[in-house]
Amino acid sequence: MADLNTLTLSELSDKLAAGECRSVDIVNDVLACIEERDGRIGAYLTLDRASALEQAQAADAARAAGACHPMLGIPVAIKDLINVKGQPCTCSSKILEGYVAPYDATVVSRLRAAGAVLLGRVNMDEFAMGSSTENAALGKTSNPWNLDHVPGGSSGGSAASVAADEAVCSLGSDTGGSIRQPAAFCGCVGVKPTYGRVSRYGLTAFASSLDQIGPISKTVRDSAILLDTICGHDPMDSSSIDLPATAFAAQLGSDPSLSGMKLGLPKEYFVEGMDPEVEKAVRDAVEHCRGLGAEIVDVSLPNAKYAIAVYYIIATAEASANLARFDGIRYGLRIDGKDPIELYGRTRAAGFGPEVKRRIILGTYVLSSGYYDAYYLKAQKVRTLIRDDFAEAFRQCDAILAPVTPTAAYRKGEKTSDPLKMYLDDILTTPINLAGNCALSVPCGFASNGMPVGLQIIGDAFNEEAILRVGHAYEQTTGWHRQRPEW
Amino acid sequence: MEYEATIGLETHIMQKTGTKMFCSCRHEYGAAPNTHVCPVCLGYPGALPVLNEKAIELCCKAGLLLGCAINPYSKWDRKNYFYPDMAKNYQISQYDQPLCLGGQLEVEVDGAMKTFAIERIHQEENAAKNTHVAGGSLVDYNRAGTALMEIVSEPCMHSAADALAYMNALKQIMQYGGISDCDQEKGQMRSDVNVSVRPVGQKELGAKVEIKNMNSFAFIEQAIGYEIDRQIAVLEGGGRVAQETRGFDADRGETFTQRTKEDAHDYRYFPEPDLMPVKISAEQVERWRAELPELPAQRRARYVSELGLPEYDAGVLTSDKAVSDWFEEAMRHTDNAKAVSNFIMGEMLRLLSGQGTAISESQVTPEKLAAIIALIDAKTISTSAGKQVFEIVFNEGGDPKTIVEAKGMAQVSDDSALEGWADEAIANNPKSVEEYKAGKQGAINFLMGQVMKASKGKANPGAVMQMLKQKLDA
Repeated sequence: MADLNTLTLSELSDKLAAGECRSVDIVNDVLACIEERDGRIGAYLTLDRASALEQAQAADAARAAGACHPMLGIPVAIKDLINVKGQPCTCSSKILEGYVAPYDATVVSRLRAAGAVLLGRVNMDEFAMGSSTENAALGKTSNPWNLDHVPGGSSGGSAASVAADEAVCSLGSDTGGSIRQPAAFCGCVGVKPTYGRVSRYGLTAFASSLDQIGPISKTVRDSAILLDTICGHDPMDSSSIDLPATAFAAQLGSDPSLSGMKLGLPKEYFVEGMDPEVEKAVRDAVEHCRGLGAEIVDVSLPNAKYAIAVYYIIATAEASANLARFDGIRYGLRIDGKDPIELYGRTRAAGFGPEVKRRIILGTYVLSSGYYDAYYLKAQKVRTLIRDDFAEAFRQCDAILAPVTPTAAYRKGEKTSDPLKMYLDDILTTPINLAGNCALSVPCGFASNGMPVGLQIIGDAFNEEAILRVGHAYEQTTGWHRQRPEW
Repeated sequence: MEYEATIGLETHIMQKTGTKMFCSCRHEYGAAPNTHVCPVCLGYPGALPVLNEKAIELCCKAGLLLGCAINPYSKWDRKNYFYPDMAKNYQISQYDQPLCLGGQLEVEVDGAMKTFAIERIHQEENAAKNTHVAGGSLVDYNRAGTALMEIVSEPCMHSAADALAYMNALKQIMQYGGISDCDQEKGQMRSDVNVSVRPVGQKELGAKVEIKNMNSFAFIEQAIGYEIDRQIAVLEGGGRVAQETRGFDADRGETFTQRTKEDAHDYRYFPEPDLMPVKISAEQVERWRAELPELPAQRRARYVSELGLPEYDAGVLTSDKAVSDWFEEAMRHTDNAKAVSNFIMGEMLRLLSGQGTAISESQVTPEKLAAIIALIDAKTISTSAGKQVFEIVFNEGGDPKTIVEAKGMAQVSDDSALEGWADEAIANNPKSVEEYKAGKQGAINFLMGQVMKASKGKANPGAVMQMLKQKLDA
């Protein structure tokens, strides 16, 4: 049996359950693929082959002993900012080079409990700060569809590994679009769950009030399976919400009808400067959904235009405090000095990359005495307005359809010299994090340069069911998600 | 010119929560360094804080004991500063919405009752302990993240005596309330002292000088005295007092500049996104209020009004919670409050101070003291014999009744035995008899002494006196 790595999670799950393959076979195929391709892709920062095979053997033994779970024996790539006990967790930063996590994140404990195979650590923008994985300090990642193009970011390694069949699925994190945008750039499915849906315990914090862990996979159903596995209340995370157990995957039927559903189309989301090819792909997808029986209604998100400004104040403010702990005292890089202040200065100067420094400085500034009211406090107020916009929109529809990004994946180096230009690319994803609701990205076509385009399906808080349903129906009746890069 | 000092205190008190503020690590004083730590209190990547409900309860109860209003909505903030004692390089504290608001403390200072206003109490986490050694510094994170509340007074005190009385009262209340042991040696109670001086009659306060982190009441007293004198000297010399943070050099008894206003930290407070705001219902506050223990002032009043003890006794008994608790326990076994009080204030405290032990460790338990008092009240032994029994039990242990029997300490009230000793004393001391009959009442005491001597102290003094009077007056 060959090329098990090209199958979807649910296909593999069925095969495992039917005894048609073993976890060890899947992991071997995945490892062989990584061996063959990752020199070109650069998705992985670290990979412990022996451990992956051991976990696969354990999963096979557990299955033989009667265990069953859709994730049992399925290999998962983990973004390098989620702690896995005994594995490095560098956040692709020099300041954490050599750091080995002493504990499991809650999502990791849940994957272990389900019997998933923790495959390895995948690349990202340093501390999740970036949209192209070009800010990674410890590796370079390419887009599997075209190696000269960026995979998106910050979860670039998570998306690239799945697109290249180097992982069956992966975990990413989304603070302002960091799951949806790379998923769109790499032709994968990615879900940013509602804030509070998935525990953040063990997720190295970038911006605590915006961060969520979520799945990147080959299909909507696969993401639903992964989301079912990792979500749920966690007493270790005060921001996680105690809700009844989910059955997202089980709720996805085979009937692709969307009749009875109202889907909103926000006029503000087709922004100036948007690539016409992207706009066309998304508008085609909207029409497709209409064809499936959905009623398309116009909605308005008037304050979405402030999202970038608000996001880069709140996210950097929180980051300036969250990243203060990387000081060379207890773990990670240390460059000594004559006193603690000099030690901090030298360690952080050498350990953080330019984008991280830029954001720490920005965040420190907006919180400073005399500026707090004008920046941070004002931003929080506008954040409330953005949230209210969504609340109003969801009184009129069940889900919102929109592009994920203004353009498809661009060439490496194209935007690195202009950070602001790269920030503006987050215009369509950051409002969702600021509002705290959920959204997913599903492939909906290709630009003329051959790069994938993503459709963003935005849902109300804790209504993942709706966006998964729409995404699944769309996917079942289109073939975009089945297209793979050629090797 | 006449000057007036104004003093405000920020008192940090470590609560008896057992576990830390935001993780489940235990807090044990004196444990081997860095043995009570976890990813949360060490500030590891990805670790998140979770609220310790016991700390919230104890902070609110402290507030209720001090007459504060409990804020129905309070929140958490990050206070940012870099120092190795703070693992995350920010402290989770409460900036503008603390748990407790307002309040006051009534204290006696130099014989007059004064009321000191409390501005707020907020909850935060403690820092780690730094030890500076040759060639570097060591950090022990066992204390990092332990529950710490800060009680902020209004600038309402005017002398070292005021501050001392305030702190003593605060300590007593926290101990009584079960909030904290306030063991200053263990750093469980530390104060920052704000001192300013202005000419009498001036409306605005003078420049504020903060003296940081003192745990000894004696040092606080010295520091305040020094600082008031220093500031007055500066003003008298035509200078201006600089707003700054100063430390106290205990060896020299002086304060010294640590940080000037220009170097003051910008803590960049902002709401802590990892913790939800705390909402406390009126019902919860009432439940906590119902659980509050009696405070020393209330106990003291009750000892006078219900137990009939003199003010003095009530004051001594309630000044130390352990002593007062011991007294309360003894009162569950006897009704004779004055006798218990006498034994505690006399024998017990004297013997304890000789040994340097705590009342809770005494071999004389509340039950045993009650037994001794019962023997005295039943006239089985004299009061002086009772004191002897107390001392024996204190030093050697044992059951009072058994000791009385074994040592033959029971007093004799039997008339026939007493009559023999009385007749003998009258026969042998005709001079005293003569004096008594001539009207010198005191002469009977000599005869009484003779009877007690003959009985080897066992004669019941009351019965002897009665018998002597009977015989002499006949």
